[in-house]
Parts: sequence; C-alpha cells; structure tokens
Amino acid sequence: MFARDFLKSLKERLSRWDKTAAGTRSRRSMPRFFTVSGRDIDELYTPASITDKGGEDYYFEHIGLPGEYPYTRGVHHTMYRTRLWTMRQFAGMGTPRQTNERFKYLLEQGGTGLSTAFDLPTLMGYDSDHARSLGEVGKCGVAIDTLADMEILFDGIDLSKVSVSMTINSTASMALAFLLGVAEKQGVPFEQVRGTLQNDILKEYIAQKEFIFPPTPSIRLITDLMDFCTRQVPQWNTISISGYHIREAGATAAQELAYTLADGFCYIESAIAAGQNVDDFAPRLSFFFNAHSDFFEEIAKYRAARRIYAKRMKNKYGAKDPRSWLLRFHTQTAGCSLTAQQPENNIVRVALQGLSGVLGGTQSLHTNSMDETLALPSEKAVLIALRTQQIIAYESGVANTIDPLAGSYFVESLTDKMEEEAEAIFEEIDRRGGVVAAIEEGYFQTEIARSAYRYQQEIEKGERKVVGINDFILDDEKLEIPVLKIERQIEIDQVDFVKKIKGERDPGPVQTSLENLRQVARGDGNTFEAILECARAYVSVGEMCDTLREVWGEWTESAGAMRAS
Amino acid sequence: MTKKIRVLLAKPGLDGHDRGIKVIASAFRDAGMEVIYTGLRQTPPMIVEAAIQEDVDAVGISILSGAHMTLFPAILDEMKKRGADDILLFGGGIIPDEDKDELEKMGVAKIFTPGAPTEDAIEFLRKAVTERKRDEKLM
Repeated sequence: MFARDFLKSLKERLSRWDKTAAGTRSRRSMPRFFTVSGRDIDELYTPASITDKGGEDYYFEHIGLPGEYPYTRGVHHTMYRTRLWTMRQFAGMGTPRQTNERFKYLLEQGGTGLSTAFDLPTLMGYDSDHARSLGEVGKCGVAIDTLADMEILFDGIDLSKVSVSMTINSTASMALAFLLGVAEKQGVPFEQVRGTLQNDILKEYIAQKEFIFPPTPSIRLITDLMDFCTRQVPQWNTISISGYHIREAGATAAQELAYTLADGFCYIESAIAAGQNVDDFAPRLSFFFNAHSDFFEEIAKYRAARRIYAKRMKNKYGAKDPRSWLLRFHTQTAGCSLTAQQPENNIVRVALQGLSGVLGGTQSLHTNSMDETLALPSEKAVLIALRTQQIIAYESGVANTIDPLAGSYFVESLTDKMEEEAEAIFEEIDRRGGVVAAIEEGYFQTEIARSAYRYQQEIEKGERKVVGINDFILDDEKLEIPVLKIERQIEIDQVDFVKKIKGERDPGPVQTSLENLRQVARGDGNTFEAILECARAYVSVGEMCDTLREVWGEWTESAGAMRAS
Repeated sequence: MTKKIRVLLAKPGLDGHDRGIKVIASAFRDAGMEVIYTGLRQTPPMIVEAAIQEDVDAVGISILSGAHMTLFPAILDEMKKRGADDILLFGGGIIPDEDKDELEKMGVAKIFTPGAPTEDAIEFLRKAVTERKRDEKLM
C-alpha cells in the first residue's frame, strides 16, 4: 500500500522516536495496556504495522470496497446512507398479552423490528403446567405453550409489515411453526413473512446450555427447517449463528469470533451433506455478535468476521452467488459488562458498545437497558436504550460515511490479528475432530470457563478497573431506578390457559399429528413439516418435545464439559 | 490442621447460565476447598441427596432465571425434610434486594449479587462453616 522508500524512512523515523519516547515510557497511567480479552496493545500503530506482510495488493485483498469481496468494509455498497441498521429491541415477559403490549409500545416509539424473548420452560420444551416449570413461567421471557399463545402475542401486529426475530433454539421449529400458524390466520402468505430465528443449537452446547436433544438430531431439526424455508418462506433468516452467548459465558473476542464462525461452517457442511445446494440456503444465514466494552477490539472483530466468512464461502464451499459470501449480523451490547452498582452508568457503557457495533457495520442492533443486572428491564430503561441508538444514528454523524475507521493503522492491524487468531482456533477445532467432537469432550466449555476466570482474577487483583466494582465505588449506594417485578399470578394464569386450550381442542388431529411426528422423527422425512401440522392442531411445545425425547433421548453434559477451568 | 471445607455447587431449575458458578468453583478450589459441581438442571431433591451423600459443609446455588423465590425455599424444605438442615445454604445470581432480604430471613445463609468479589464468598464460607462447627460442638 505504501512505497518501499517511504516505509524505509518511516522505520528510521520510528527508531529515533522510540529513543525520545523512552524517557517518558517508564511513567504509566495504567498498570497494563490491554483489551477486555487480555490482548496487549502496542503503544503506536503506523503504516509499518499493516504492510509488512501485505505487499502491494494489501488494500484490495484485505480491505477493498464496501459491498465488494472480501467485504471488510461492509456488506452493502452504501451502508447506512441507504438504510440505517434495524433498531431491534429484545422483549418478552410474562404472558403473551403483556409482551404484545410491550411490542406495540416499542413500535410506537420508533422501533423498526421485533425481537422475542421466551421463558425457560418454552426454551426447554416444557409446558407451563409441567412440574419442572414451577417458578420459571414468564420469568425471563414470554411463555408460549401453543398456537393460541402466539395468536395473542401478535394480535394487532401485521406479520406482512413487521419483521420478527425469535430468540429460541432447541424449540425453534415449534416457534416458527406457531408463527406461520398465525400468518395463516392473518391471511399473510408465507412468502411475505420476514424475520429471523436464532435456531443455533451448537452454541447452546458450547455456552448457553439450553439444549434438549443430542447434537445429531438437533442439527437435523435445523437442516429440515432450512430446507422448508428455502422452498416456502424465502424471506426468513433460518439461523442466526450466535457468538453473543459464547462471549457472555466468558470467551474472549477472538474465541467468540472463531467459535461462532466454526459453528456456522458446521451448519453449512451439514446442509451440504444433506444434499442442499450452498447457494440455495447460504443467503438466508445470518450472524449475531456481542458488543463488549473494548471499543476497537470489537470493531476489528466484526470486520475480520466478514472477511473470513467471504473467503471460506467462496474458496472452501464453492459458493458462486455473492449473496452467499455476505456475513450479515445482528449485534447486542454485552449484558455481562453491566454493573448492578451505580446502574445509571450502564447507559454510557451501552452507548459506547452500540457505537462499536455501528462502526463495525452491523445490520441490526439491540442496546441493553441499564437495569438488566437487577431484573427484566422496566419501560423507562428500555426507552433510554432505544433512544441511545437514535442518538447514535441521527446526532453523532457516524452514519454519514461508510466504515469510517478503515485505514486506521490500529484498526486494520487488529483486524488482521483477529483473523490470524481465528484461523489458528479453526485448526485446533479440526485437530479435535470438528465442532461436535470438540463439544463432546468439553473443549469449548473449558476454554471459555478459563477465560472467564482469568477476567475475574484481573478485576480482583486490580489489574483491570471496572467503574463501581473495584474503583470509584459509592458507599451506601441506594438504588434509585424502578425494578420490574413479574407477579406470581402470571404463572397461575398461564397454567390455567394452557389447560383450557388442551381441554377445548379437537383431540383427533392432536393424536394423528403427534403420531406422524413420531414416525417422521424415527425415519427421514422433514421434521419441520410434521411440527407445522402439530402446531395447526394446537399441540403444545411440551407435547411435541416429549414425543421427540422418546425417539431421540436427552443430552447431558460430559464431565469434561463441566470442568471449571 | 483443620479439615478442608467441602462444598457442593449446583444449578437448580432450567437456567443454563454457568459462568458464575464455574468462576466460583475455580476460586473455591484455588482457596483450598474441596468443590463438587453437580452441573445443570438439578431438582431440589437431587441437590439435597448429593449434599448428604458427599457429606458437605455447605451448598452453593446459582440462579439467574428469576426462579429464586421458588427454588431456594424448595431446597430449604427438602433439607429440613431430610434432616440435613445443618448444611449451610448460600447462593448468588440476578436477585433483587427485596428478594435477597426475604431469602436470608427464610434461612438462606447469604445471597451474593452481581459484582461481588469471589474473595467475599470465600471469606464468608470460611467464617460461617467454622462458626457452625463450633455451635455443633457446643450442642
């Protein structure tokens, strides 16, 4: 990128500068200059930091132009000048009626997409009236048992107009089947239904741990759903391959990047092995990353992700359609970075994190609410979080030009480092026999636990300062923000409702559709089609999962996966 | 030499967030305690049974799902039922102050909330287990 003579004189200047700087270098404002992930950062970055190995073609090979291979600068030609990112706030609590009200509130306040949080019984395939659901119903998301609940959840919301994201994995097929059931009732054709399903089971084994079945049948549920959507719901994003939870569980930025992409490649290889054409399904895959507190490291992570993905899709999987090369992603600010102490400070953390997502070229963003270490967010906290995005979009000026940090010696160098580190991790995963084998032995789980413990120790030793946690503490702090409480009555109401639906539905189709699901699960038919039939008959999530548990069994973690660090 | 503290760590309910409990397990281990981690999705009877079988001094529970007001009391009840209420029960998670106070009144020895240093948990456990053993000798 730079002439040889220039680099030579730069290096001479640098060595003189280094000697002059040596005098002040012994005084340090901080004990260590390192990222949230524990990566040491150089004092200074210059053209010499990025061109040593790149040579003349460095710019076109590594950076290029937005909307062009390798997409380091963004997946679209004009990025936010044509369309801002989708401001998609994750919401869900209590009964479907309550969440429906929150959805409508977010849309009225200028939110441009919906994102659904489900409660743990729904995510784990238990009905609200199951013994294991006791105390969990409606607690960390909305309770959905049958199609009847989904009808209430989207009451008055036109599914042909609003894109819907659903954060659900083990029971993702059931959630999409219910949503399609609502679309049928609203008279919206499947081709017009838009949205995203998280549907990423691999990161459940790795980090979030909301799994039901063993990996092989779980991956089959996903590839069957992808196959169905390719044919009938073409605008649906079938998987959101997620690093978010991997990061929340304690991974470093590079681990998040590498593990997430490795999961993505595993799904792609599985779909190809199931006979699907890469260019038929790849354009509907999307990703989901965390925005943690280390500003530049995060931006480098997103830029590296796009480049690694484009290269692999083109060169390794032979995708011909440029849309298959695009890594599109959603971002959520880091819940694990928020503090319960002086919670108002979280507004500032979220603003910086959200800004890194935008400067990294995200397609959609969720900004966390300041009170999420205390409980589910209150309406006021959610509004501030949404306003934070609007301020970034309309006041800060960062959306005026595309990828404004490109060419920063630091950001480009860090982007290259991220890519190198991810490639090394891919090799390690291959050595262990691939993603599923590495999950079974507990490789990811132990590495993440180790990173989480290292981070905690850095805080406790005072190497790393966290405002309000190990420095700048307020004594006798009093909580001055409202905290949302989920009332006990919600569980009672939801249990009554699911019992009522089970009592009133026609038992004939319930039995035949469940029996069909059992046969399909045993054989090799499309499981999603069988699940959709069950959904239409008001079969519950728990009933479908019980049937599948009988056929496929349940997954439990190995001793290796449970190792602390 | 005093006997090593034995502690059982468990995740009850449906919650899968195990970052915190694994950090605590490592910190307790490095502080010289004997740690048994049961893993995820343990019911109250499973946890109390394991605590009795392993003959532990204390049981630590981590809940981030909001089900703490159901699960902690269920474990306390099970301990009483099995005559194991000499075992110390403590825990941590996303637990609002109001609930924390109520749980500590019910008999949970201590609830730790986000931001608490692992050193606090270690110190608490050492002190509480020593006191409990002294009380038992007096009785």
